[in-house]
Amino acid sequence: MPRVIQRVLPQLLTLAALMALVSVFFPDFLEITYSDGRLVGPVIDILKRGAPVALLAIGMTLVIATRGIDLSVGATMAICGACSAWAISAGYGLAGALGFAMLAGLAAGLWNGALVAVFGIQPIVATLILMTAGRGVAQLITEGRILTFNHEGLAFFGSGDILGVPMPTLIWVLLGVLVALLVRRTALGLLIEAIGINRRASTLAGINSRVLLIAVYMASGFCAAWAGIVATADIRGADANNSGLWLELDAILAVVIGGNSLLGGRFSIAASLLGAMIIQTIDTGILLAGFPSEFNLVIKAALVLVILVLQSPNLAPRFARIARRRRGTPAAGKLTTREAGE
Amino acid sequence: MIKTLLATAAAVSFGAAAASAQTVGFSQIGSESGWRAAETTLTRQQAEERGIDLKFSDAQQRQENQISAMRSFIAQGVDAILLAPVVATGWDSVLEEAQEAEIPVVLLDRQVDSSEDLYLTAVGSDLVHEGEVAGQWLVDNVGDEECRVVELQGTTGSSPAIKRKQGFENAIEGSDNIEIVRSQTGDFTRTGGKEVMESFLQAEDGGGNICALFAHNDDMAIGAIQAMKEAGVNPGEDVKVVSIDGVPDIFRAMADGDANATVELTPNMAGPAFDALNAYWEDGTTPPKFIQTESRLYTQEDDPEAEYEARKDLGY
Repeated sequence: MPRVIQRVLPQLLTLAALMALVSVFFPDFLEITYSDGRLVGPVIDILKRGAPVALLAIGMTLVIATRGIDLSVGATMAICGACSAWAISAGYGLAGALGFAMLAGLAAGLWNGALVAVFGIQPIVATLILMTAGRGVAQLITEGRILTFNHEGLAFFGSGDILGVPMPTLIWVLLGVLVALLVRRTALGLLIEAIGINRRASTLAGINSRVLLIAVYMASGFCAAWAGIVATADIRGADANNSGLWLELDAILAVVIGGNSLLGGRFSIAASLLGAMIIQTIDTGILLAGFPSEFNLVIKAALVLVILVLQSPNLAPRFARIARRRRGTPAAGKLTTREAGE
Repeated sequence: MIKTLLATAAAVSFGAAAASAQTVGFSQIGSESGWRAAETTLTRQQAEERGIDLKFSDAQQRQENQISAMRSFIAQGVDAILLAPVVATGWDSVLEEAQEAEIPVVLLDRQVDSSEDLYLTAVGSDLVHEGEVAGQWLVDNVGDEECRVVELQGTTGSSPAIKRKQGFENAIEGSDNIEIVRSQTGDFTRTGGKEVMESFLQAEDGGGNICALFAHNDDMAIGAIQAMKEAGVNPGEDVKVVSIDGVPDIFRAMADGDANATVELTPNMAGPAFDALNAYWEDGTTPPKFIQTESRLYTQEDDPEAEYEARKDLGY
């Protein structure tokens, strides 16, 4: 089995189990039809609706790998969405809208990165500042109202599709693949992990940890910018009060469900993206199942709890041992250590 | 000391009452939403039309700011105070101070837990009634046909969500042909409305089984309209859309034929408040303790384009 598949196997199994569970309550869950030149079905909805959290999770994985955390991504989404809607209404065109949004995201990341890497403020506190203030900044841009626009080009990023695949899905898959290639085909990923495991040691070993940390937070801001563009394009308006509200927590959850440690070090972007899809499957599944809305959060919490317990470092090897014993294969100590290392 | 101050304030207020221009202090919650901004704009407009000198204070969502603003209004000896209270409790002492200074207080939009004697009147909307107006419109429009309704609720547990749902259910109670088949929360947001509507469409045969949509606010309806358009369903015709609030964008949607009706939660709470105050100043008429604003129904026949133009600059 290729290493990548082996790494994301628990997440794939979880996703498959969840889909089976939702199918029990909503039998047509896996049905995908092709109508009016676009794919339609609950699974497609999940791939599309999960885009903001998936995008945030890409950046969040990198930040968490450095032993940091970025609480400001939800607010950054709101700022970037507001920037793109403002730019399009002010007549800067599509390139201007995307450009301003990405610049705003990078600037937010630079701010966070500087606070963390230069001033040495703890990441949770440093990014909390922008989390609180960012929504205010977004409201200043939109003047407190929902800034709507009528521009098919920008709306395409939210509701358009290419070859039947929704545009938001393409964006997160593309960005995920690009970032994964960037960190895995170069030494960048290794350096990020090194900082997360021991920043001081890696600095002594010659890594410019300050620049790298700032770059990682800027990457997170960049991902948040795209999440903001997708969310804004989706409703054809920038809603500064609600865009990306609490999504930073979903993004962190996606990273955790992806099996990445909040203590930094080894990371897998593919696993985080699967984590984001797991969260969205839960959300969409609850909506499709038709339970009263009072149950939404309880069901979500219960499912997340089960998933995290099954993946917990104390229980997971035990489950694996039991499974092996059932199958009658001799317990191979080597395999266990290798799994623990993965 | 305080007593002398209050006595002076009262004396000043009587003096001012004798003069032609009345002075009214307005303690606004803050600018939490577009509706609130529109309320502020309209209060200023209404005051200007009536030649009232309005002193405005923005409390930025904090009760202590509102209390200190009211104390400063009392000290300035205004002729009346408009208060949009941020929370329901903790107003007794400052309302008593206003009463001692013989300054009438009118509550806007929200209520307080204090004794009714402490304020002149409260102006507000009845949330249950809003739901009833929306439900009644649907009852009048579907006739005897079988109608499967999907409902987009507000934030679970919030009082507008509970009361608007209750009102709508009251209105359709007698009609066995109308049934709410799916009901989920869209958190009062456009994104929420769109996402939940997408799942409704999936669950109800691509929208073919849905006859009407009731959304607890206009923003969710606007999100749902987009979801329907993208799924190839024709909102306004295939699925009737009725919602509550009357924000400018829903009038645009009605002008385009995408939405059918909205029940207005008027931001003009100040108009009825000033009317009541005028009557009180002139001959001491005491208004009822609760003045309910009209929950007016707007449909596509009510020239939505003009309504949109009239509202778009109010700050929504």
